[in-house]
Amino acid sequence: MTATATAGETVRGRGGRRLVDRVARVRELGIVVALAVLFGVTGAVNPSFLSYASLRDILLNSAIIALLAVGQTLVVITRNVDLSVSSVVGLAAFGGALVLADNPGVPIPVVIAGCVLLGAVCGAVNGLLVGAAKVPALVATLGTLYAFRGIDYAWAGGRQVNAADMPEGFLALGTSAVLGVPLLALVALVVLLVVGWMLRNLRSGRELYAIGSNPEAAVLAGIRVRRRIVAAFVANGALAGLAGVMWAARFGTVDATVATGKELDVIAAVVVGGVAIFGGSGTVYGAALGALLLSSITSALAVLRVDALAQMAINGALLIAAIALDRVLALRVAAALRRAKERPPNRITPSDHSEAR
Amino acid sequence: MTTRSPWRPVALLAGLVLLTAACGGGTTRSDVAAQQSSAPATAASASANPNAPLKQGLKIAFLPKQVNNPYFTIADEGGITAAKEFGGEGKEVGPSDASASSQVSYINTLIQQQQDAIVIAANDPNAVVPALKQAMAAGIKVVSFDSDTAPDGRHVFVNQAGAEDLGRTQVQLLAEQIGHKGKIAVLSATPNATNQNTWIEFMKDELSKPEYKDMELVKVAYGNDDDQKSFTETQGLLRSYPDLAGIISPTTVGIAAAARYLSESPSKGKVKLTGLGTPNQLRKFVKDGTIEAFELWNPADLGYLASYAAAALASGQITGAEGEKFKAGKLGEYTVGANGEVLLGKPTVFDKDNIDDFDF
Repeated sequence: MTATATAGETVRGRGGRRLVDRVARVRELGIVVALAVLFGVTGAVNPSFLSYASLRDILLNSAIIALLAVGQTLVVITRNVDLSVSSVVGLAAFGGALVLADNPGVPIPVVIAGCVLLGAVCGAVNGLLVGAAKVPALVATLGTLYAFRGIDYAWAGGRQVNAADMPEGFLALGTSAVLGVPLLALVALVVLLVVGWMLRNLRSGRELYAIGSNPEAAVLAGIRVRRRIVAAFVANGALAGLAGVMWAARFGTVDATVATGKELDVIAAVVVGGVAIFGGSGTVYGAALGALLLSSITSALAVLRVDALAQMAINGALLIAAIALDRVLALRVAAALRRAKERPPNRITPSDHSEAR
Repeated sequence: MTTRSPWRPVALLAGLVLLTAACGGGTTRSDVAAQQSSAPATAASASANPNAPLKQGLKIAFLPKQVNNPYFTIADEGGITAAKEFGGEGKEVGPSDASASSQVSYINTLIQQQQDAIVIAANDPNAVVPALKQAMAAGIKVVSFDSDTAPDGRHVFVNQAGAEDLGRTQVQLLAEQIGHKGKIAVLSATPNATNQNTWIEFMKDELSKPEYKDMELVKVAYGNDDDQKSFTETQGLLRSYPDLAGIISPTTVGIAAAARYLSESPSKGKVKLTGLGTPNQLRKFVKDGTIEAFELWNPADLGYLASYAAAALASGQITGAEGEKFKAGKLGEYTVGANGEVLLGKPTVFDKDNIDDFDF
């Protein structure tokens, strides 16, 4: 071998290693691998699972839960939780649908803004209970889970708003697509990117992590803990309100029971996405991927002709498998990084360190 | 650091408001105090007197699977209307969740209120029986409707339509639409939903007849009466059986979700959809061609009939024995069948020609 070839190999080798290093540091890697395996296996058995129409359906199916998971992440990284999201979705969905059904003349953007506002108000109630009155989040939001749903029931009084009652233009929001991507998925994506950027780059975003990592230290460091926690709950509520409108537009049939029980799906998505349930770490990207994984599993099982009675059990098993895979990969990567650190310093350049989060 | 806290009073106030709201959610709509001064119920008479007049001022309580379920709202309104017709007083009370045991405390309250009759749609055939037996021991007449209890928990069961009729007619409806040919699937509620499972058995039996030899039931999918899951299952059916000819969804949530999905998919009109749904829910989809025809009993009539059955029991016209007859206002005369069952009749088929005549 000539010297030039060896040099070239070394360069390529180092570049490759740097790339591997970089990829391995991405916390969400495990979920991406799990998604790839799921799509690969299901696509091999039934290629129509990978068709455009099918992928579009999966994106649509996960859009609402992904949006909720992004909001929930904001709350969870402050070492809190919001169980009431499903009730807020239900309230906003019913409220929006009812206004549209009874007053066809109201502009749709006004209705959407109203639902987001309604959600934000609900979020503010949660935030005040948790942030100001110091009620543990689990208890406070469990209470509001029932309270908001109760208001929804009383408001609905058994009424159901059907697709025929709502304007065509509104229902079209649930089905239309921009450049082949469903509108609802785009909304979720935009929210995801904006919130992701804010969490990473804004002071207020970083402070949420600080609060979750160590609340006492956060107070001592001069962070306005109460204000930040209330803000996280308000943002989560507003996103739940938005999700409510999306729900009404997508499903077209709305009554007081909309989204009952979905809070567990949302929290599952957040946890699967690698957000620590005790706060302080995790990203919204992970949570959104978690939502995508959950709905993909359900879709895959429906396509694979799995026995319907066994579906729920298999669903749970796959979920645990995905988390285990994620965990194993994370541990491996951590070990590999430790080994890499113990090697001579010229292997890892300072710029590599700055890339690590 | 938290001595001066302007937030706290606000939060406290919010908490109080919510607490009040929460209390309003699950309780009965009735005024309990107003019910205390009622006369004791008459002792159960051993024999029926078909010519006994309907008593005036009968107090009939409707206990649905859950309040706020549009279907039961309509059914109970039908029953309350009937009660007004015969000079009685009807009211709806019930839990806000459809769990097995949630109705028991309501039954106990109704016993204390000394109602004349309880009309119940049981969340669980057995869980409510001990409470209902106590009610019957206290002289209260018990009518089950929509979902039966075990037979010893009630006097009469008003059946919305025979399970057999419903199962078979849904297959007949779909067969007409697809020309008795092709693969079909069922999108049901939960895997353990008693009603749906009984209907599906009759569907399978109907499909075994020679005229359906070219039709094949390829899959029973379960949407769990959840919008999202029903959507996903419909998508799964279309993907895994590209040559699917039709779907039967014997549940109102399932058929609405499937219709919403199909109406926007390329399979609209090609894959036929039928099943059980309400006209208001499916009006849009019948008009845009996603659904040709579907069926359902009229829930208002169901409540109406149950109300009259309760009044006939409380007035001594019937005891719940086979062969007894009673009149149910505008619906005409009904006969109690085996096991104390009263059958409402065949389901109504809705299509684009008649759907605008119905509003429920």
